[in-house]
Amino acid sequence: MRHLLGICDLSREQIERLLDRADSLAQLSERENKKLPTLTGRTIVNLFFENSTRTSSSFDLAAKRLSADTVNVRASGSSVEKGESLRDTVQTLSAYGPAAIVVRSPFVGAPGMVTRWTSAAVINAGDGKHEHPTQALLDAYTLRRRLGELDGKSVWIIGDVMHSRVARSNILALTKLGARVIVCGPPTLIPREIESLGCEVSFTLDGSERADVLYVLRMQNERMRDTFIPSLREYAARYQINGDRLGAKQLLMHPGPVNRGIELSPDVVDAPQSLITEQVASGVIVRMAVFYELLAGRGEPGSARKRATAVAPTREGARG
Amino acid sequence: MASDAAEKVVLDHDDLRRTLVRIAHEIVERNGDRPFALVGIHRRGAPVAHRLATQIADFDGRVVPVGEIDISFYRDDIGRRPVGEQPVVHSSSIDFDIDSHVIVLVDDVLYTGRTVRAAIDALFDYGRPPSVQLAVLADRGHRELPIRPDFVGKNLPTSADERVNVRMQELDGVDEIVLGSTDSPMRAGGS
Repeated sequence: MRHLLGICDLSREQIERLLDRADSLAQLSERENKKLPTLTGRTIVNLFFENSTRTSSSFDLAAKRLSADTVNVRASGSSVEKGESLRDTVQTLSAYGPAAIVVRSPFVGAPGMVTRWTSAAVINAGDGKHEHPTQALLDAYTLRRRLGELDGKSVWIIGDVMHSRVARSNILALTKLGARVIVCGPPTLIPREIESLGCEVSFTLDGSERADVLYVLRMQNERMRDTFIPSLREYAARYQINGDRLGAKQLLMHPGPVNRGIELSPDVVDAPQSLITEQVASGVIVRMAVFYELLAGRGEPGSARKRATAVAPTREGARG
Repeated sequence: MASDAAEKVVLDHDDLRRTLVRIAHEIVERNGDRPFALVGIHRRGAPVAHRLATQIADFDGRVVPVGEIDISFYRDDIGRRPVGEQPVVHSSSIDFDIDSHVIVLVDDVLYTGRTVRAAIDALFDYGRPPSVQLAVLADRGHRELPIRPDFVGKNLPTSADERVNVRMQELDGVDEIVLGSTDSPMRAGGS
């Protein structure tokens, strides 16, 4: 594996290998010294073109736990979001000789484009409505720790599937691991032909009481410029997961941040069935596993580093 | 795992059992009343450590804490060989206070000493043991670091193109140590 651009590129074996690797890191969180020397001297760039608190902090912490140096670049809502500027930004940052570049972008496919402009490993931290592979991996990891193997388990993904890269990556990851995935939401928020990803569709919560897991998506108000639902209140009445709709033995997941009172009632967020804080904790070790699998097998990044060192002597020469 | 024709068994099931008994006695004799713990290096050091603990419980009656340590994240060859070739091993588990126990690191084969170096590094991220000792089933020589075992099952002088395979019942279905040859001088059979 050279880059991690989407779950669509991964086989079941590759996913399981990443989850196994994360397992081997799990005990670390109970240790006083949580740092490993593995990536000492490597640089990891976090390039976020979209707001994010938990994903960017999780990648940053994962890199630091492996002793890498991190550079966090945030560029939101500026001209840097245009294609050409993305290229300039990546080429500039590549001069630092990073071992990996983590990219979040509102544009589908941006991380794939970045791979053409750098010799670093590229990790997709969310691209538009397309994929968010590390989120799906950490969700699968969290579930596997609770349920064991996922074969035959049923997972309902509920809410705004249309705008959700988390849903897309999770459908792919969970079905590859053998789970049955049902997506559920109002017809306006379920993309046509989503079944082609291997899931089933339901427009009501009927039958969700038999699910092993309810995975609730965030209502993305910032992406709701058009009217997809009559009102948030009506949405909540039909699709909100509350104490009545969450079974005692069902597990509840949410990628965060939660809109309390919209897709989840406030009480279920902190219910014993809720895995929401476990998901956050899993995020760090799963991202460490991703860094390890992508970087431990490769040497120093080649061309970017050479380019950087090639520039320096010229400047020295000019001065001297 | 079937033995192929090129392999020579140097320790069979009974030899291995006797060797483990002897090492267990030596560890107890060396440490006397000091509290000590066994830490097996993944993968095959782990079952060896558990066997030693069972032996010690049998003849001495004391329960010795056993831990396991995964050195993947401490290797000195990170970035030098494809990660796909390296197996994913199970997690480290050390659930006793290592500051108050002499630690006996346990591995199957001692070769270059690099694995032991990594294991010592890993160990010190858990705390500061009063002392660290090393027990190995087989010492095949060719050290690249100043590391020496305290307890040795068998010295096996080898050439670099030979390989030493330790097989344990728990992982391989059979107890034996075999000497085989390989065309490519791989670092198989311990490092």
